[in-house]
Amino acid sequence: MKIRRYAGVTTFIVAGALALTACSGGSSGSNDEPSDAAGEATTGIVSVNGTEPQNPLTPGMTNEVGGGLAVKNIFSGLVYYDSEGASHNEMAESIESEDNQHWTITIQDGWTFSDGTPVTAESYVKAWKYTALLSNGQNQQYFFHDFAGWSDTEDSEIAVEAVDEHTFTVELIAPSADFQLWLGYSAFMPMPDVFFENPDIYSDAPVGNGPYVVDSWEHENVISLRPNPDYKGPRTPKNGGIDIVIYTDENTAYNDLLSDNLDIITNVPSSAFATFEDDLGDRAINQPAAVVQVVQVPEWREEFQGEAGKLRRQAISQAIDREQVTETVFGGTRTPATDFTSPVIDGYSDDIPGAEVLQFDAEEAKRLWDEAEAMDPLGADYTLEIASNADSDHQTWVDAVCNQVRNALDIGCEFYPYPTFDEFLNARDDASVPGIFRGGWQADWPSMSNFLGPVYGTGAGSNDAQYSNPAFDEKLKEAGQAATPDEATALYKEAQQILFEDLPGIPLWYNNATAGYAETVGNVEFGWDSDPILYEVTKSE
Amino acid sequence: MRWYIGRRLLQVIPVFLGATLLLYALVFLRPGDPVAALGGERGLPEAVQEQIRERYNLDKPFLVQYLLFLKGVFTLDFGVDFRGREIVDVIAGAFPVTIQLAVMALIIEAVFGIGLGLVAGLRKGGIFDGSVLVISLLVIAVPTFVIGFVLQFLLGVKAGLFPVTVGRDPNFESLLLPAIVLAAASFAYVLRLTRTSVAENLSADYVRTARARGLTRSRVTGRHVLRNSLIPVVTFLGGDLGGLMAGAIVTEGIFNINGVGGTLYQAITRGENVTVVSLTTVLVIVYILANLLVDLLYAALDPRIRYA
Repeated sequence: MKIRRYAGVTTFIVAGALALTACSGGSSGSNDEPSDAAGEATTGIVSVNGTEPQNPLTPGMTNEVGGGLAVKNIFSGLVYYDSEGASHNEMAESIESEDNQHWTITIQDGWTFSDGTPVTAESYVKAWKYTALLSNGQNQQYFFHDFAGWSDTEDSEIAVEAVDEHTFTVELIAPSADFQLWLGYSAFMPMPDVFFENPDIYSDAPVGNGPYVVDSWEHENVISLRPNPDYKGPRTPKNGGIDIVIYTDENTAYNDLLSDNLDIITNVPSSAFATFEDDLGDRAINQPAAVVQVVQVPEWREEFQGEAGKLRRQAISQAIDREQVTETVFGGTRTPATDFTSPVIDGYSDDIPGAEVLQFDAEEAKRLWDEAEAMDPLGADYTLEIASNADSDHQTWVDAVCNQVRNALDIGCEFYPYPTFDEFLNARDDASVPGIFRGGWQADWPSMSNFLGPVYGTGAGSNDAQYSNPAFDEKLKEAGQAATPDEATALYKEAQQILFEDLPGIPLWYNNATAGYAETVGNVEFGWDSDPILYEVTKSE
Repeated sequence: MRWYIGRRLLQVIPVFLGATLLLYALVFLRPGDPVAALGGERGLPEAVQEQIRERYNLDKPFLVQYLLFLKGVFTLDFGVDFRGREIVDVIAGAFPVTIQLAVMALIIEAVFGIGLGLVAGLRKGGIFDGSVLVISLLVIAVPTFVIGFVLQFLLGVKAGLFPVTVGRDPNFESLLLPAIVLAAASFAYVLRLTRTSVAENLSADYVRTARARGLTRSRVTGRHVLRNSLIPVVTFLGGDLGGLMAGAIVTEGIFNINGVGGTLYQAITRGENVTVVSLTTVLVIVYILANLLVDLLYAALDPRIRYA
């Protein structure tokens, strides 16, 4: 099964990202209007490939790609992200705070749900509290973990209170300078009263407040979205509707695209990596995304502890020729990593001090490994295990990396497979993985902190390698309290310097968004999260 | 006859119990924890996982789970899958298109397999027989997914003769190419079975007698040779119906048909015991009924066989 949490990937190219950073990096989080996108309103129904949602289509339950594409089009939150990952107010009038910890949110007047009831501050407060309450069993419960009062061991209410019909307040456990960047994520959408009356029967035709409404959902077949006539926000549909067509095989979807039976494909199958840019020409999309792949180095393995451990981490990192693997194994659909975040994130730079450790240098790698051997010998017959789940295609790149490690360091190296993804998860959780292991991180929202805190913070939810460095934690805390986004970015870079020294994970490459569209549609752009921005797509009938 | 059918139907009960227990045990023994995988890379909070396990009885011992499942079956309440969909709806959604596909494939392989097999058998050793032999070997040797992708690409994408995928509206036209692909392998077996059987029967005593009595060539072939040659073929076709339905996973994937195969595959990878066992139970029943039908057909084909 392919579970990918859907928040996550981008479209604009590295050059664009760099240019953006260069001109002061103030775009993300600003509230100015998005530039006028080209294209007049059309009436054709746009078809896009999808997978059958694994959960009811609600903000609280949907945590994977299949349902995510629908949910982000049938619900509207306080802010939305444009194609460059910048956030703009959607329902929010203002999001303000004196101390980055206590926030006051005012929403616009006049919004309604598709059943006619008004969207009020209470719609947000009730929805957030419902999702965050443990006993409601919501998949997205975790995303409120930075709210005061949140708990994953007992039922407790989070600190979100309505002040009046259009105003509510939020208290976080710690200051977060980028709080408003979170709010476009689907877990933070409002819910109508009809949901709370009977959450169980709500699932098939959800009442939302987004640019589209669900017209019908034929399971395993097609989800039909049609424009919501009552929608008031900036994401006005420029087409006559969206059909999310369910495919079990991406190859099939690709064949349909080639024969104009499908307008947009969100994921080009790996079998077409070599040809899709020729097949589709300028209708092919291949750009870095907000997904970084790393190998985690477990703290529980003795060979990676202490001074010798540090040298070994660096040696392994420098033994890997990322350029070669991304070209030969992935056919150019990955981009070699140069930091712990992603090129599409505001503030990204490829020259953070210490990033040289990601450059391939076999001689230096061998020297570092020998130095470590002199301190704490493992012997020449040491074998490095690289663990991953084997139910999806990981063996190829692991084998390639292993070859490079063997050649450069003169040690053994092999793939350590777990048959299924959940077994791999279990082994990571009980710290029984016998070597370094695959870890991927897909951002929930376009902010640097989201790549660092949840993965490398002490005791954080996805800190599978059990890394802990008080200096790093302190830097993150400082960044959260920063007065401006620029100041925060500078501090996050300093935090990354610490990571480059410790290498709790070794960044490998960024996933690319590989997608495409048919000649039948126009104005197709992909968002920072690698999903197409469907409301802007034009198609004549 | 009625007794015979009744007795055969009663056999369904132990087969049903045995098959479901075995299937349930197999899915139960599947390593890993399906609930842990629901949250993707990040995972779900432990307490949320506990709730899900409780809701789906996954926290209970194997036998209790199985008995709860049986109780559900007998009260016609199969329960819900991980998405909260009634499993009855899942079954009702998946089977119609798969049945349509399987029946079309069965007709294709029967008509072409028996037809060509008969001609080849009658002209044993000729050019026709030789070329049919080569073609059938080729079809058996090439895996279904290769045939599927090649035909889809050549006839669907390039030539535009057939719809590329079935998807939203399954109908005769869109299901034709998938049915041909699905029928391909079995068609070759049917052909070879018929050919051998016909060739063998041609030299049987009763055929020689029939010829000696001056019956027309078509009557000898139709009534005597073919009818007797069909017994092994019908056995094969009966068993194949179930195989076509359950084994269409690959074909269904290639042509995006939302049938039993794909649903079953996804339920297995998700570790949804109840969905897997419910779907396969229906398949087991189809198998049993198809075999019963085959046995009854024997009597119609061969006057020596009578059931009491």
